[in-house]
Amino acid sequence: MIRTSIVTMAVAGFVATTFGAPAPVTAQGVDFTGKRIEWLIPYGTGGGSNRWARFYVPWLQKALPGNPTIAVKNMPGASSTKGTNYFVRRGTEDGLSILGTSGSTQFPFLLGDRRVKYNYADWEVILATPVGGVVYVNKSLGVKSAADMKKLQKAKLKFGSQGPTSLDLVPLLAFDILGLNVKPVFGMKGRGPSRLAFERGEVRIDYQTTPAFLKRVTPLVKKGIAVPIMTWGALDGAGKLVRDPTFPNLPHVGEVYKMMHGKAPKGPAWTAWKAFMAAGFPAQKMIFVKKGTPKNIVAAWRAAAAKAVTLPGFEKDKNKKLGKYEQATGKKAQALYNVATKVPPAAKKWVLNWLKTRYNKVP
Amino acid sequence: MVESMLSAFSEITSGAHLLYLFGGVFMGLVVGIFPGLGGIVGLSLLLPFLYGMDPTSALAMLIGLVAIIPTSDTFTSVLMGIPGSSASQATVLDGFPLAKKGEAARALGAAFSASLYGGVIGAIVLTFFIVVARPVILLFTSAELFMLTILGLSMVGVLAGNCLSKGLLACGLGLLFGALGGAPATGEFRMSFDNAYLGDGLPLVVVGLAMFAVPEIIDLLRSGGAISKSAKLGSGWTRGFKDMWAYRWLCTRCAGIGCMIGALPGLGGSVVDWIAYGHVKQVAKDSSQFGKGDIRGVLAPESANNAKEGGGLIPTLLFAIPGSGSMAVFLGGMELIGLEPGPSMVDGKLNLTYVIIWSLALANVIGAGCCLLISRNVAQLTTIKYVYLAPFMVMVICFAAFQATRDLGDLLVLFAVGLVGIMFKRFGWPRPAFLIGFVLADNSETYLYQAVQFYDWGFLLRPGVIIIFVLTIISIWFGARNVPTGEAEMASGSKPRPTNMKPQAYFTGFVVFLFAWGLIDGVQHSFLGAVYPVGICLVMLPIAMRLFYVTAKNRTEHAANYDYEVEGDHAGQEGIPGLVYYLTWLAGFIATVMLVGFWLAIIGFFLIFLRVHSDATWTRIVVMTTCGVGFITGLSWIMVLNFPGGLLQHYFKLPWPLT
Repeated sequence: MIRTSIVTMAVAGFVATTFGAPAPVTAQGVDFTGKRIEWLIPYGTGGGSNRWARFYVPWLQKALPGNPTIAVKNMPGASSTKGTNYFVRRGTEDGLSILGTSGSTQFPFLLGDRRVKYNYADWEVILATPVGGVVYVNKSLGVKSAADMKKLQKAKLKFGSQGPTSLDLVPLLAFDILGLNVKPVFGMKGRGPSRLAFERGEVRIDYQTTPAFLKRVTPLVKKGIAVPIMTWGALDGAGKLVRDPTFPNLPHVGEVYKMMHGKAPKGPAWTAWKAFMAAGFPAQKMIFVKKGTPKNIVAAWRAAAAKAVTLPGFEKDKNKKLGKYEQATGKKAQALYNVATKVPPAAKKWVLNWLKTRYNKVP
Repeated sequence: MVESMLSAFSEITSGAHLLYLFGGVFMGLVVGIFPGLGGIVGLSLLLPFLYGMDPTSALAMLIGLVAIIPTSDTFTSVLMGIPGSSASQATVLDGFPLAKKGEAARALGAAFSASLYGGVIGAIVLTFFIVVARPVILLFTSAELFMLTILGLSMVGVLAGNCLSKGLLACGLGLLFGALGGAPATGEFRMSFDNAYLGDGLPLVVVGLAMFAVPEIIDLLRSGGAISKSAKLGSGWTRGFKDMWAYRWLCTRCAGIGCMIGALPGLGGSVVDWIAYGHVKQVAKDSSQFGKGDIRGVLAPESANNAKEGGGLIPTLLFAIPGSGSMAVFLGGMELIGLEPGPSMVDGKLNLTYVIIWSLALANVIGAGCCLLISRNVAQLTTIKYVYLAPFMVMVICFAAFQATRDLGDLLVLFAVGLVGIMFKRFGWPRPAFLIGFVLADNSETYLYQAVQFYDWGFLLRPGVIIIFVLTIISIWFGARNVPTGEAEMASGSKPRPTNMKPQAYFTGFVVFLFAWGLIDGVQHSFLGAVYPVGICLVMLPIAMRLFYVTAKNRTEHAANYDYEVEGDHAGQEGIPGLVYYLTWLAGFIATVMLVGFWLAIIGFFLIFLRVHSDATWTRIVVMTTCGVGFITGLSWIMVLNFPGGLLQHYFKLPWPLT
């Protein structure tokens, strides 16, 4: 019986590829009625990626043809490489299994981590969710805004971190470029514990991603404990670093550099930082299907993503849970995908060397 | 505050709230009774219902679900010796021996009434503590947390059993096993052979199952019969309830300990049970029955672990830092509903906070009450002949183990550490001491490193650190009173002590080898990655070598001399298969999984095992197989779970559930 079903499936697959391939790139004939889609999230249930996925589930269910059920499958481990490798091995090419990645999936890939057995070029991007990051300091440092940043140069600062090859590469390198004396303390189990260390007064400089900053740090700012000073910035259509739309009043790192050093930042360190910032934040979370999925199914997914973000009520729900960033679909998603997954070789080489000399770390 | 309390009270007592709370409890009970599932699975089952519900009703369901999970996993830990989650490992120690004595119903009665009581005490403490909790919690920095892990480790003295060097070595092995994987300070992979699975460290649930459940299964199979040695169930849960009431002050203390430790973010709830268990053993006048079925050994961890969930609400609600797996689920659920934890939970939304705290207490009462009512019926499982239960147990344990990371590695670790567990049991090495070392390994290293980074060595002079240090000294002093010296207490029975210590020498030699390996691996890393495991190994190696010398020299009078194969009840009886026999079955099963994947292997195991070991007809065997496998297949479908695959799956793409 098992054999028959394999044969049936093989035949069905053959029919689908032979007759499906030449069809025009539309979502024609795709119907997921009664199907169950597995959405692999290579992170645990406690984190932001899981929250992001669970936020999207009902909207995508509504937007997909036939309103299928989407079941989130969490598979954490080995800095998300485990679940992602699993998707490479077991993910199907029929639109019924999709993958959600985050910046921490991109970084090991870009840095050439030994555990990575996936390649972003093998996947088709469906949607990209940008996010930003905000740096804040303890009020006791006497810094009221980025304009006082010069004061910080003399202070000895500590920063709670998960490790130099995690997304924390972006803040650590930024502090180096700005010329701050920041000593990272590793072994933090996430951004949450780092924030707790800030509240305890153990660290006096910290950063959080936008949703976490809005929800968790804003109360500290209101109480006068934390002072936000800068963001990582955002990329405009031309790939230029501009202010983060969620925090138009906060300068980005490039502006802060100019305030502190009197000139715009440049050089290989800055280029490398921009490349990795672009990889970690403007397209932090993405949805993929495998390449080789019939074109009409990919088109159906893309159409569904585009439709989901325009459904009534989506905007409000999203602003509350993900921040004010525009969710990228279609061509925009493709552009962000390109920025996030292709770092110039020179930048990669520079960062690898920096990790080796600064932290004795080979990914 | 009073105003918030009143409004919260009227909210909780509304019919709709109670109804949803009950719904959540019911769902949690169904899920939680199955070891290894629990919060995460419960949440995925609950999620479809949460959308579109109004926040308060959704919250009620969520709380019901979270509250019941540490309670319902007591069933398997008491009845079968299977710790379904880290919250029930300590309960196994005395709960399961009670079940074996035929007092399962009493043990369950005591466990559930202690859960209920602990949950309520926890809620009372929280009601007042939450208002002032924020600054208090912020006082516990990495330095104080490190010292607390030392306080926890000091419990080894009482958990060590009759031979202190075995206890220290067991704890050292736990620390060493816990140090496996990425180093907190540098991320270097220690002792992991470049393997991605080992790089993440060994999962606690798998280690717990391997140390406690695997040796029990093998033992029960060998001795034949049912789990309960007497066919009757004892006088039931009323007696357990009376036990709880007789020790109500103990339960109150343990609930207090549970609530406080649970409230500290970063320490993790898994320590609480061991500390409560160590505490009761420290203060008990007669501690000789612990580990053999002392009811206090059930009461202490159970009253502590429900109070701990309440305590765990504090960092979750005030700092959005979940202290345990179930609290992470709760936090995720809160955010989905659209409720934001943070300082406002005590400033503006205090009434909501009280709704949550009291609902948790109420859910505890409802949940523990339901468990009490069904405990007599469920306890009857212990009177079933074990050969019939065994394939179900193997299936359940493997299924529970691979919930940890959903990797074939979970099963391999289960087997490998299971071997260590079997040796521990055979030679009387204290498994609790191993577990407490394992549980605290990561925290003690991380917080020591962070404390030194943040405060330099001056952290040792912080007032909080000194206070906890004094408590540690008191704890060691209490423990020292109770450690029996001289003759081994285990040799109290009629059996003669082992005269041939060769098997013990082999095992001790293996322990020496493990520490030596830890040392060799350690020195290859950078200073920060190496200092902790190398330190442990340097302390442990001389102790291990000395014990090896004692055993190799066949010093039979030494307190360490113990061999269950000689002194156990089964020794010398006719028709008892050797230790290796059932181990081979287990190994064969795991090997089959590696070849054809879990799903096919478990079917084969059911069929062949039952055919060979029971006198059941083929029809009956097939019915049992279908029920067992059908059940986990259905469950896995709901959970979007693929079974671990083997070589077959590596070469062929097969449809679910064969994948």
